[in-house]
Amino acid sequence: MFLLKLVYKNAFRHRLRTLLTLAGLAIAVLAFGLLRTVVDAWYAGAAAASGTRLITRNAISLATFLPLHYESRIRAVEGVTRVVRSNWFGGIYQEPKNFFPQFAVSDNYFELYPEFIVPPAQLGAWVRDRKGCMVGRSLAEHYGFKVGDVLPIRGTIYPGTWEFVVRGIFDGADSTRITRQMVFHWDYLNETLRKTAPRRADAVGLFIVGIDNIDNAAAVATGIDGLFTNSLAETLTETEQAFQLGFVAMSDQIVAAIRIVSYVVILIILAVMANTMAMSARERTSEYATLKALGYGPLFLAVLIVGESLFICALGGAIGIAATVPTAVAFRKMVSIFPVFAVSAQTLWAQAACAATVALAAAIVPATRAARVRIVEGLRAIG
Amino acid sequence: MAVPLAYVARNLWTRRLTTVLTAGGLALVVFVFATVLMLDAGLKQTLVSTGEYDNVVAIRKGSETEIQSGVTRLQAAVIETHPAVALAADGKPLVSKELIVLISLRKIGAQKPSNVIIRGTSATGFELRPQVKLAAGRLFAPGAAEIIVGGAIARGFEGTRIGEKLHFAGRDWVAVGTYDAGASGFDSEIWGDVETLMQAFRRTAFSSVVLRLASSERFESLRADIDGDPRLTNEVKREQLFYSDQSRALSTFITVLGMTLTTVFSIGAMLGAMITMHAAVANRVTEIGTLRALGFRRAAVLGAFLAEAMLLGLVGGLAGLAAASLMQFASFSTTNFQTFADLAFRFALTAAIVAKTIAFALAMGLIGGFLPALRAARLEIVDALRAS
Repeated sequence: MFLLKLVYKNAFRHRLRTLLTLAGLAIAVLAFGLLRTVVDAWYAGAAAASGTRLITRNAISLATFLPLHYESRIRAVEGVTRVVRSNWFGGIYQEPKNFFPQFAVSDNYFELYPEFIVPPAQLGAWVRDRKGCMVGRSLAEHYGFKVGDVLPIRGTIYPGTWEFVVRGIFDGADSTRITRQMVFHWDYLNETLRKTAPRRADAVGLFIVGIDNIDNAAAVATGIDGLFTNSLAETLTETEQAFQLGFVAMSDQIVAAIRIVSYVVILIILAVMANTMAMSARERTSEYATLKALGYGPLFLAVLIVGESLFICALGGAIGIAATVPTAVAFRKMVSIFPVFAVSAQTLWAQAACAATVALAAAIVPATRAARVRIVEGLRAIG
Repeated sequence: MAVPLAYVARNLWTRRLTTVLTAGGLALVVFVFATVLMLDAGLKQTLVSTGEYDNVVAIRKGSETEIQSGVTRLQAAVIETHPAVALAADGKPLVSKELIVLISLRKIGAQKPSNVIIRGTSATGFELRPQVKLAAGRLFAPGAAEIIVGGAIARGFEGTRIGEKLHFAGRDWVAVGTYDAGASGFDSEIWGDVETLMQAFRRTAFSSVVLRLASSERFESLRADIDGDPRLTNEVKREQLFYSDQSRALSTFITVLGMTLTTVFSIGAMLGAMITMHAAVANRVTEIGTLRALGFRRAAVLGAFLAEAMLLGLVGGLAGLAAASLMQFASFSTTNFQTFADLAFRFALTAAIVAKTIAFALAMGLIGGFLPALRAARLEIVDALRAS
C-alpha cells in the first residue's frame, strides 16, 4: 500500500511533465491503433471474402477478357451451383476524385452474395429495369443517392456517358461488409456494346463461381481451368479470398511501409517516455540514497521506478485506447477512401501491449541505476 | 547583449542522455517526413522523365490511360499523316503505334503476382524515346516471339533474364535483351514487336499512338484538328503531362498519408522537446537568475532557451536526414492505382527536400521550446536567485 502511494505521489510530482508525457503517450497509442486499422482496412476485401465463391479470370491478367460462351461450360463443372458474370466498368461520377467501384453483373448476382441484404421489392424493380442499378448503403449515404435518382457516369473503358437509375439500396449483413459499390445489368452493357462496338461485345471480365461445398474449391478450380487449357483464353481460377489478397499484394510495399511506420511511432514515444523517467530518476538520486539508508533494498527502488513508469503508461495508454474507436468513426466519416474502417479487438490488445512495452523499456536504465546507487554518492548528488 | 552560443551548446552536452533521447524522437519524425517527401519526389521524377515534352500521345477520348484506350488502324493512319508530325531522315513520319497489355508476373520472393505492362512497339518507338537504351542482348526481331525487358522488371521479377521464357497469349516469349530506361516509367515495362503482339492477343486496335511534333508550337493545331475530325474519337496530350496525370492519384495518396503521419508524430516529438526544455528551465532557475543579475535582458534569456531548443531540433533534424539519405539506395515498387500496373521508383533527395526537412526540424524545436523559454524569461530576478 505504501509502495503504491509513493508511486502515485512520484508520478504527479512534476504535474506539467507528467501531463505532457501522458498526452504524448495517448497520441502515440492512438496513432499506432489507427495505423493498424488502416492495414486491416487494406485487407478488408479479403477478410470479407467467402470460401464458397471462386473467381475465374483470364490467365493473362485482369485487363484481358473471357468469351461469354465460357459461362455454360463453367456451369457444367461438377460442384458449381451458380455463375455470375462481372465486368469492371471503371466509370467516373462527375469528377475523377469521386471514385467508387461499378460492376456490370448478371441478374443472379445477389443470389451469390447473401451477405448483401436487398428489399425484395427493390430487387424486383431492379431486375425489371434494364437501366437500373443497385447501390450499397455506404455509397448511397456518401453521395445522398435515393431510389429513383438518375446517375450519369462517364465511362473510361466503355466510351460515352451512361445513365443508370437507382432502383434499390443494399445493406451489408454486418459492419465488415463493403457496401461502397454499385452494380448494374451486364446485359445493358453488352447490348449497348453490340450496337456501338460489336467487336467488344460478349466479353466477360470475370466469372464469379458459386460452389456447393467449401471442400471442393480446389477440385472445382482445377476442373474449370482444365476445360480451357491450350485455348485462346486460358483461365485462372482461385478462391475469392486469394483473388482479393492478390490486390493487396500489388501494393504490399505501401502496406509494409505503414506497418514499419506504426512501430516508428512507438519508438518516438519510447524516447519521450525514457527521457521523462531518466530525468525524474536523476533528480531523485539523493532521495533514493535516503531510502536505501533507511533500509529499503535495491529491489524496492527498482519496483518503485518501474511502477511509476507502468502507472504513467497505463494511464496514457488507456486514454489512447479509449480515444481509438471514436477517432476511427470520425475518420471514416471524414475520409472515405476505405470502405471498411473498423477497429479490431486485436488492435486494442496490441495497443495495450505497446504501452506496457514502452513502460518497461523506459524504466530499465533508471531502475538499474537507482538500484546500484551507493548511499554516500547518492546523498551527495545534486539534481 | 545575447547569451553566448557556447553556453547554449554546453547545456545540451551536460544532459547528454536527455538530449540524445529527445533528439532521437525528433530524428525519427524527421526521418518519416523526409522519406515521404523523397518518395513523392522520386515518383514525380520518374513520371516526368518518362515523357518527352515534344512527344504527343493519342488515346481514345475519356480513357485516361493507355490500358483502357483503343485506337483503330484507320484512326492511327489519319493521325500519322497530320502535317504537325515530324519526319525521320528517311521521310517516314516519326510515329509509333503501340499496344499495351497487362500480364501477371511474380515478383522475386513474392507469393502473389503483380501486373506488368507489355508494350508492343517498333524501332520508331525507340527513336521517340532517347532515354531508352539497350543494356544487354539485342533488340526483338520483327515477327518473332521475342521480348526485351526493362531494368526494374529484370531486377525485380522472376523469369525475365536474357534467355528465359515467359508464357502468355498462347506462346512462349524469349527474353533476348534488357534495356535501361533510366529512372523512367518505361523501366517497369516489357517491350516487344507490336504486330506480333497484336496477333498473339487477338487485338485489332492499337492502344495508343505516340508521335513527335515537327515543332513544339504546332501542338495546338494538332489538337484542334483531331478534336474537329469526325472520324476520330481521340484526344491528344503531351507525353510528359500524360504520364504525370497517370500518377496523380498515387502521388496524392503518398503525400496525404505521409503528411498526416508526420503531423501526428511531430506532436509527440514536440511534447518530448517541451518536456526536456521545461526540465532544463526548472533545473536552472538559479542560473537564470544569475544571468539576469549579470545584466542579460529577458529577451536574451528567451533567445538563449529558444536557441537551445532549436539546436536540439537541428541535431535531431540532421540525424533524421542522414538516415533518410541512406534510403536513396533503396527502391520502391507498387501498383499505380490508375494504370493498374506495377511501377518502380526511387527515393530522390533534392536540395528543396533538405531545406524543408531542416526547417521542419527547427520548427519542431522552436514550438516545443517556446513555452519553457517564455517561462524562463519571465522569472523575477529575486525569486530566481532565492530558489534552491
